[in-house]
Amino acid sequence: MHSAQAPADLSAQVAAICAAHLGREGPMLPILHDVQHAFGHVPEAALPVIALALNVTTAEVHGVVSFYHDFRDAPAGRHVVKICRAEACQAMGANDLADAAKARLGVDWHGTTTDGSVTLEPVYCLGLCACGPAALVDGVVVGRVDKARLDAILEEAGA
Amino acid sequence: MTGTRTIYVPRDAAARALGADAVAATLANNPDVTLVRNGSRGMIWLEPLVEVQDGDGPRMAYGPATAADIPAILDGTSDKALGPTDDLPSMKRQTRLTFQRVGVIDPLCLRDYEAHGGLVGLRRALAMSGTEIVTEVTDSGLRGRGGAGFPTGIKWNTVAGAEATQKYIICNADEGDSGTFADRMLMEGDPFTLIEGMIIAGLAVGATRGYVYLRSEYPDAIEAMQEAVEIARTSGLLGDVLGSGRLFDMEIRIGAGAYVCGEETSLLNSLEGKRGVVRAKPPLPALEGFLGKPTVVNNVISLATVPVILEKGAAHYRDFGLGRSRGTIPLQIAGNVRQGGLFETAFGLTLGEIVEDIAGGTATGRPVKAVQVGGPLGAYFPLSKFDTPFGYEEFDGQGGLIGHAGVVVFDETADMLGMARFAMEFCAVESCGKCTPCRIGAVRGVETIDRIGRGDAAAIPLLTDLCETMKDGSLCALGGFTPFPVMSALTHFPDDFAKAKEAAE
Repeated sequence: MHSAQAPADLSAQVAAICAAHLGREGPMLPILHDVQHAFGHVPEAALPVIALALNVTTAEVHGVVSFYHDFRDAPAGRHVVKICRAEACQAMGANDLADAAKARLGVDWHGTTTDGSVTLEPVYCLGLCACGPAALVDGVVVGRVDKARLDAILEEAGA
Repeated sequence: MTGTRTIYVPRDAAARALGADAVAATLANNPDVTLVRNGSRGMIWLEPLVEVQDGDGPRMAYGPATAADIPAILDGTSDKALGPTDDLPSMKRQTRLTFQRVGVIDPLCLRDYEAHGGLVGLRRALAMSGTEIVTEVTDSGLRGRGGAGFPTGIKWNTVAGAEATQKYIICNADEGDSGTFADRMLMEGDPFTLIEGMIIAGLAVGATRGYVYLRSEYPDAIEAMQEAVEIARTSGLLGDVLGSGRLFDMEIRIGAGAYVCGEETSLLNSLEGKRGVVRAKPPLPALEGFLGKPTVVNNVISLATVPVILEKGAAHYRDFGLGRSRGTIPLQIAGNVRQGGLFETAFGLTLGEIVEDIAGGTATGRPVKAVQVGGPLGAYFPLSKFDTPFGYEEFDGQGGLIGHAGVVVFDETADMLGMARFAMEFCAVESCGKCTPCRIGAVRGVETIDRIGRGDAAAIPLLTDLCETMKDGSLCALGGFTPFPVMSALTHFPDDFAKAKEAAE
């Protein structure tokens, strides 16, 4: 282990998270969710700590982290705006809405504005298919998002 | 006013997405009313749908309501009045079995649940042998509502017959298909039904542990299910089941944003803490599933339908339906529709009835162009196929699938080449990478459709050939079914694939 030497406090915190889940069947995802919740992302330095706790290789932990869209390797912006790209929302104009969001924020999907205020993510279905286009703003669902509503959301997010 | 007054404001995510929390906030500190955050009745075009009930009187509906409407709703002068909820045309036309309590009860009140028929099925099951429960479910004709349509009782029978030290009941709540939200609505609106169904499944096959694999995109459903499991545990429903000496406990596990984890074998890998990569079958999960043990993997709706089957009997359920599609199906009507939402009914309505009659046509008022049934892996149906009855075999016979029963309507502005491209792009983004036809085929699919879009007609046979390869050579439905939307778009809407060519010429 050379590159990802964990600072002692991070190590201790991640080890404590691991310890809380060790009795469970298949503890990896619950651990990763908690690590991301604690740090806002899954720091590279956390991987060897998790690997040690679960008795797997760091490469295996990396493989799991990188497989899932939810886990970030760097912190997101202060606000995360997810816009649904799936078919039902497309039938109600989600593509134009996404283009408007990208243009206003000056980022593409997964991008964060230069001032760090907003990260824009695609999401494939929020189950709000009868009131699309739909969005998830910092974990809160929003339906029938038109351009005016989008502007208000981004305004409030400080972008 | 005599007696107590109860106001229902849904906590369903769709209602919240349309402002239900702001409506509820105006009532939270009102000493004259009892506020109940119920599930949604399913009429999303009327959400937030507020209901007012005086004493034991009928529930009167108002919607779509805003916070500003509340004073008028309370003094009975609101122009949003719709009359008694049960008399609304959309409610009267439904056959609500799986969703009998959704929107009716307080989702997190076990007493309310029992007062509306909850636990009757479980109490009956506790007096039966495992074999008898399996037979009851088999006789009901219930088939997997996640999309594959495999008979639930037969799957249970395999797990029941397996010898093992530990067996599992796993609920697939990774409802990733666009246009589907029945799982979400059930978990938010009547979570105890799912818990009861899982316990009955456990009794049937001899499993004592269960997991719900719930997608992270559903924060409201996660909250409701976690709370419901806690309540079930403290009130003796989970653990030593109703003091019967039979054990069952369960846990909610959260996904991490991978669509492919809705496929049962990749779900199992994910639950075990691995990459959500598809496993080759055999071995069947029924014999070697979670941690290598015999495992029932069922969809939310399949499991949540089990209590009503045990409550009312297999025959009651089986008597609804068409051909080999027995019972009811919660249709999810979505996309560009006037009246979107959930509509539970017996199998057998035609697609045309669903789109024109129940959905009321498009929201934009433009003519319907295409209807995608069964999620992102389902075929696009043109108007000429609107006489197809809603059933597993009937849709299969028309080159489609009913999947999880999502019906997504598009008006005439839809660009079907664009939709075909999106299907391939989605497959490329979500492919687990295990098999080549899906991993590479989807990427080549996007490129090939782009060639067609640039006017290169020679790429059309190439796309057809690629789709054949993906269909025949993929390990799971992601690569195997992506050709359905692509080929149906190409076959039924050839003009959209030729327009670009004309523009180029």
